[in-house]
Formats: sequence, structure tokens, C-alpha cells
Amino acid sequence: MTTDQYVITANELRRSYAGGFEAVSGISFSVARGEIFALLGTNGAGKTSTVELLEGLAAPTAGRVRVLGHDPYRERPAVRPRIGVMLQEGGFPSDLTVAETARMWAGCTSGARPVPEALGLVGLAERAGVRVKQLSGGERRRLDLALALLGRPEVLFLDEPTTGLDAEGRRDTWDLVRALRDSGTTVLLTTHYLEEAESLADQLAIMHRGQIVTTGTPATVTASRPARIRFLLPDGVPAGRLPLGLHAGADGQRIEIRTHQLQESLEELLRWARESQIPLEGLDARSASLEEAFLEIAQTETAGA
Amino acid sequence: MTATTIKSSGAPRPADRSQPSKSSPARRLTALGRAELTLLIRNRTALFVALLMPLVMVVATKSSLDSMDLGKAGMSVVEASMTAAIGMVLVLVVHLNLVSAYVARREELVLKRLRTGEVPDHEILAGTALPAVGLALTQCVLLVAGGVAFMDLGAPKRPDLLIAGIAIGVVLLAALAAVTAAITRTVESAQITTMPMFLVSVAGSGLLVPLELMPEKMASVCELLPLTGVMTLIRAGWLGGTDSADVTRAALTALVWSAVSLLAVRRWFRWEPRR
Repeated sequence: MTTDQYVITANELRRSYAGGFEAVSGISFSVARGEIFALLGTNGAGKTSTVELLEGLAAPTAGRVRVLGHDPYRERPAVRPRIGVMLQEGGFPSDLTVAETARMWAGCTSGARPVPEALGLVGLAERAGVRVKQLSGGERRRLDLALALLGRPEVLFLDEPTTGLDAEGRRDTWDLVRALRDSGTTVLLTTHYLEEAESLADQLAIMHRGQIVTTGTPATVTASRPARIRFLLPDGVPAGRLPLGLHAGADGQRIEIRTHQLQESLEELLRWARESQIPLEGLDARSASLEEAFLEIAQTETAGA
Repeated sequence: MTATTIKSSGAPRPADRSQPSKSSPARRLTALGRAELTLLIRNRTALFVALLMPLVMVVATKSSLDSMDLGKAGMSVVEASMTAAIGMVLVLVVHLNLVSAYVARREELVLKRLRTGEVPDHEILAGTALPAVGLALTQCVLLVAGGVAFMDLGAPKRPDLLIAGIAIGVVLLAALAAVTAAITRTVESAQITTMPMFLVSVAGSGLLVPLELMPEKMASVCELLPLTGVMTLIRAGWLGGTDSADVTRAALTALVWSAVSLLAVRRWFRWEPRR
């Protein structure tokens, strides 16, 4: 793997805290230039602990990180001017206005965009004169994003960028992140919204208990998972009457079929239902989603632990 | 925030480095100092402490010194109070103010956020300190000018020592403020955590009672307090009459305290709230 192809590489990364708790347990991955990479996981999976190592806020207990070919912790001055960071929880002086905050940040940033441009990118231009303490939670997240974008970063780290945003704000942030990617920015984001990872990420890694349990594109991660069909059988029709080939699981009258051939299975089910004249109440068939994959992985891992 | 606004403000261009505005220490410190000055002006309590408290304390010091026989100290009441006022400015404007500022920025997660950017740690602390330090230096200049012009105090005998004393004092008290901030959980509790430094300096470093008037054993202990060396340098610089052995010892004490405080900041300063 060459450094000009991969802008971020992590090798056997570990991070332990003072109490002995290991938040990151030997993970490896690489992020190619110009792609959106999502670290997906439940709260406490180790996402933020990992991102902090990539951002150079802490040194790993073991393992190796490279961002743009440098150690982000030891070679801070070489890395920082080329990256943008949005923390999960960062703050601004509450008595400064939005514009004053951005101006302060611009003075601390190499090659900063003009402040109005940065605020315009996140739709905060009209709020420039408002004190930070009067902003809504979502507006504060957008101000945070504006500051991360001020230095026209080559690599952008977004730790849960849309947490606390309403549906519209989330969609706008997605559009902006895609626009950044299309112009060549590499984006590493963490999220616990599966929908976000599915719609935004080119590559993703699912983290659980400090480890990466699955990686790939959203399509390959979901492709290995079965689709499912759900419905209710009418009273008096036992699940045993269903065609055997369907491998149906029954919970009373509630039926769930898991299949890797959704179309074929559905066809067989519907033909049987018509021939037997049995109505299938609440029929619901769906391809595997990232959510399914994610929940299944989380459950398996918990059971195995 | 819509797709249209993104387009109209120009698609983000990460490769575009046409603006040669590379960040430099001077630019970063200016940006941080300017923001901090705005905050100081908007914070009435802090502004009161920084502007009026020194004046109140000078009057209090003078009335306390009025009742003492300063013959042994070799200073007039005016001389003792005006030099004490410089010490008071250092303690109140630099230490007291900065403890609140550092704690407030830490609790608002501003320090944590700043550390993700290009600003090195020491510049974050220095930039935050700039307005308080500037204000303190201005007040020191005003005190010296006022003393010379209106109070029949002579011009400083050894300006070099006076400047050195004030300079070391500023660095020392700013560093001590960062150390104090580390053990201060909220802006409110800063009123309590700053008390020891204030009391020890006022009572023991010659602000209220010149060391010459203390019993000898007590005086030799007080000579080792953080601000005493600084005060000796300031008095030697303005009023003269201190022999060079005493000046050297005072300078050494002040420098050792500064070095220890700076090391303590490196070791113990907290950049994030305790959770």
C-alpha cells in the first residue's frame, strides 16, 4: 500500500485508558484519497477513541497511524494545516458571535477561506451576528463544521457530524459532504446512524467493542446478509403448512423467512398463498439493510463475548 | 443550507492554496488575543476585577501603611503603596482574571476544540493570556507615570530591574493561573481557589507589610514566597537602594518560581473538563 493512494492508514491500533480499559483493540484499515469512509458502531464501540488517534489528539498505546504520510501525533505541525476536524463535542466561547468565532479560527488556520464563504457553506451566513449561546444545537454543529472546513482541508474528520440535526439539516450536511468528496476531499466520519453510512459512505467499517468486525462498501456488507420476508398467518393455519423450501421461522402466527434469493422465495410464497387461498396479513419483504447487518453483528458479538 | 448555497459560494476546493495566508505564531496569538479581549469586555465581573479592583486595593494598602512606622523599611508611605500597587495589579489582573478565563474556556470545551487545530498548546495559553497581560502592563505604566508626575516619586532608579521584575511577574502569575485553573472545577469556585495566592502575596510578599517590618524568622520565610522576589526587583528598580546580593537573590527566587510553575503547567494543566 502506497501513501499517495491511501491518505489514512491504521495498523494494529490499540488504545488503553488509565484504568486499564481498552477502547481500541488492534484495528487496521486504510482510507483512499477522495473517498468517504464511515466508522459505524453503537455508543461505546470505540469510534471516537479511534478518531482521536487519527486526529493526533492522543498517541496510540500500540500500533501505527499515518495521515498524509505522517504520524499525526508526533508530526502535528506537518499534518494539522492539511486536515479539518469536527469533534463530537467541541465548544466555542458563548459570548462571541458566529462571525467572531470564525474570524478567531481563521486567524489560527493556514490558507483560511474568507469567513462569509465558510459560513455560507453551512448556511449560517444570516446568523453571523448572533452570539454562540443563542444558537440551536443544530446551528452549533454547523458552525463546528464551518470551522473544520475553513482551511480547505485535504482530509476531513467528522465525529458524528449530524447528531442533533433535524432531518433537513442532516440531508444538507450529507449534500455538503458529498460535494466535498466530489472535489477531492477525503472524509472520515463516524456515525451511529446506519442510514447515514449507507447513503454517504464509499467504504465503511463496523466497529464493535473496540474491534472492526466488518469492512467493505455498503453494498458488499449488506450483500452477505439474507433478505427477509415477514407476515401473519390467519388463525387455524399452522406454520407447518408452508412450503418446506422456504425455511420459515414461526413465532405463533408470526412468520419470518430469511433468504438469499428474495425474488424466488417470494414467488414461491405468493404462489402457495394463492393456491391455498390464504391471505398474508402485513406482508413485508425487504432486502438486507445495513441495519440488519449491524444488529446481527452486534448480537452475535455480544453473545460470543 | 441548500445545494444552491453550496454552489453559489463556490464548490469546496481542497487543492486550491492560492491564498498565501499561512498561519504564523503572531497571527494566531493576535486572533486568540482579540477574541479573548472581546470576551473580557463583555464580561462585567472580569472587567471590574481588571479595572477597578487594583484601584480599590491601592487605597486600602495606603490606609494600612499609613498606620505603620515605615522608617525601618526605608520607604515612604507613598513609595511603599505605589510599588505595592504594581504587585496588586499583577495578582488581580493577571492571576485572578486568568484563572477564570482558563477555567471558562476549558469548561466550554473551547480549549479542547482549539487543540484540534494548528495552534500549539503554549500558544493557546499565551493567546488567552494576552488581554489580561496587556491590561496589567498598561496599568503598571500608568502607575509609574502617575507616581512620578503627581506623587513626587522619583523616576525609576534602575528601569532595567523594574522592567525585569514586572516581566517575570507577568510570566510567573500567568503560569500560576494555569496551575490554579487545573485545580478549579468551575468559574464560580475560582473565587475560592484564587484566595490562597492572593492572601499569601498580599500578606507575605510585602504588599501590605514590608518584609523589613517583620520578625526576622518570618521575613526569611516570606522571602521565599512566589511573588516576593518579583516585588523586591520592582522596589529595587523603582526606588533603588537595594544591594546587588539582594537583587540577585530576588531574581533567582523569582526565576525558580517561574520555571517550576511553567513545568507544573506542562505536567498538570487540564485541557478538558473532568467528567
